[in-house]
Amino acid sequence: MKKIILALVATLGLMTGAQASEGGLVWDKAPSNTNDLASLQNGAKLFVNYCLNCHSAAFMRFNRLKDIGLTDQQIKENLLFTTDKVGETMKAAIDPKQAKDWFGGNPPDLTVIARSRSGATGTGADYLYTYMRTFYRDPTKATGWNNLAYPNVAMPHVLWELQGERRPVYVERKENGHKTAVFKGWEQVTPGTMTPLQYDQAMGDLVGYLQWMAEPAQNTRVRVGVWVLLFLLILTFMAWRLAGAYWKDVK
Amino acid sequence: MAEFKEISPDAPMSAQALNWLDNRFPASKLFKEHMSEYYAPKNFNFWYIFGSLALLVLVIQIVTGIFLTMNYKPDAALAFGSVEYIMRDVPWGWLIRYMHSTGASAFFIVVYLHMFRGLIYGSYRKPRELIWVFGCAIFLALMAEAFMGYLLPWGQMSYWGAQVIVNLFAAIPFIGPDLALLIRGDYVVGDATLNRFFAFHVIAVPLVLLGLVVAHIIALHEVGSNNPDGVEVKGPNAPRDAAGHPLDAIPFHPYYTVHDIFGVSVFLMIFSAIIFFAPEFGGYFLEYNNFIPADPLKTPLHIAPVWYFTPYYSMLRAITSEMMYALIACVLAGAVLGVLKARISGLFKLIIVGAAVVLVVAMLMIDAKFWGVVVMGGAVIILFFLPWLDNSEVRSIRYRPGWNKILYGIFVINFLILGYLGVQPPSAIGERVSQVGTLFYFGFFLLMPWWSRLGTFKPVPDRVTFAAH
Repeated sequence: MKKIILALVATLGLMTGAQASEGGLVWDKAPSNTNDLASLQNGAKLFVNYCLNCHSAAFMRFNRLKDIGLTDQQIKENLLFTTDKVGETMKAAIDPKQAKDWFGGNPPDLTVIARSRSGATGTGADYLYTYMRTFYRDPTKATGWNNLAYPNVAMPHVLWELQGERRPVYVERKENGHKTAVFKGWEQVTPGTMTPLQYDQAMGDLVGYLQWMAEPAQNTRVRVGVWVLLFLLILTFMAWRLAGAYWKDVK
Repeated sequence: MAEFKEISPDAPMSAQALNWLDNRFPASKLFKEHMSEYYAPKNFNFWYIFGSLALLVLVIQIVTGIFLTMNYKPDAALAFGSVEYIMRDVPWGWLIRYMHSTGASAFFIVVYLHMFRGLIYGSYRKPRELIWVFGCAIFLALMAEAFMGYLLPWGQMSYWGAQVIVNLFAAIPFIGPDLALLIRGDYVVGDATLNRFFAFHVIAVPLVLLGLVVAHIIALHEVGSNNPDGVEVKGPNAPRDAAGHPLDAIPFHPYYTVHDIFGVSVFLMIFSAIIFFAPEFGGYFLEYNNFIPADPLKTPLHIAPVWYFTPYYSMLRAITSEMMYALIACVLAGAVLGVLKARISGLFKLIIVGAAVVLVVAMLMIDAKFWGVVVMGGAVIILFFLPWLDNSEVRSIRYRPGWNKILYGIFVINFLILGYLGVQPPSAIGERVSQVGTLFYFGFFLLMPWWSRLGTFKPVPDRVTFAAH
């Protein structure tokens, strides 16, 4: 008995310990845009224009974009750069061999990236939203860029013209007698073509699109689910009464 | 051959058709024996729904599985993509896939609860030993089925989970490395592994499972169901009505069929809520890492099996070379106890001492990793022996000494803690806790012949306790 209480206490300690040791950057909460067609369309535009140069979405077909309110014609005219068939999947323009030479590895496929990056600290969308907004200049890196959410990332800041250059600001704080640098905020070094607010919104759209693309059925799923549960609720009630009707004879 | 029954030509069409059928196939006879005249105790409670639910989930898994195989490709280069194809391009493919992935976890939840029911009400005791043994075999087959099925989506967790578990077999002395090679069909988990796991997952293991389920139910219907009071409702002294039907039992159909329809609808509500609103279930039913295609060159930082294996995985990790000394001490203590206390001849005592010495030498010589595998396997195998470990005077927990409830409660909490620790990355304190937990798990079963006799038992009633609804 004592052992078990000890075990319980120890496990509780472990649970809090696991949370405390998580550390790292706290992910910002991504806006929830997967039901907003205009936002998704803008996200798709950003994705095709910026991401698709190097990253594929090899399991996503262009004509699936009809789900977010685009027509075949619109897709063909505005979004098809790497192929001319709307039934094709989204393949990157980059040659995988060159990519390996330039970045040291192939840029990961982004079809389900928003699902795979989820973790105990937030959803994959939260991570991506944070990641896309925490690039900073770092001359020690081969690409000249570094990232707070993904330190030493191989990807350069593709959207720097939109965001401009920023610098993370640290303050020194004494913790347990040691001086540690604590991340405080950002300082804009050079302005981008977008204001910080516009950039955050654009990233919200892009991440919303990535989240939608990771599971295009997600909104259908919830919509159907409500009806299924309503049906089951009625079925359960009837089954309950039916059982009651039979069982009232059992003495 | 049974008597050929004639029926009046004026009888309704349906009666004539049934008569035709019954003269050639025991349709009505089977229905009566297993449904409308299969008498089940009338005092079943909440815990008795999980058998039917397990059968339901089995059917869900088989049906959704059939549809999944129509679009799934068991090829290392195509598997991951084909699952995503099912998720996006196959009409309602996402629903079929979520039903199957949620069904796997639901199966284990339902089976764990079903086994717990058997445990607390003594449903494994004479004459129901074989029902329990078949059930344990089903559990074992289910674990194999789930393990091999988990490789098929070919994500990072699929790949590395299989890699870790298959490598465990390599720890077996002498034959280990060759055995692991035989299982994988390659030096690492690869296309050959995926193909054979697919074959096992879609046909070999399901056939075994179905056969065992049939045996489980035939054995059950032969001896009749136990009940929460552990009172035999069909025994020679059980009260019966004028027609000879047991008074404390009712026909399975319609009474338990309507009951089960209700239970099934409640279950389906929970099941659907997960499928439609949280199919990943916070990363427990579908692990986040498994949305990254398998990469043999990138080992994930933290490899954990799916939640339903984690209690056993914890026990595996608990066996360190340090823990081996504790296990050796247990073996020696057991041998000393056997020699001093057991009422057996001197020859047998000599055999006990000899066996203990051989075991201890083996434990000192062979790597702790192997013993970890033995402990993990033993934790499942030991369940088979439960009917012969329990020496309690009564079946049901209701009439056992009060402290038994606390003991069973601790057993459950211990199992949950082991499961939790198996999900977590290894840590010093977690290791210690899982070692204590492992000792408790085995102590619970191995010392059962002793502790199950202790204490004062409550009088078992002649009839089941039942209050009309």
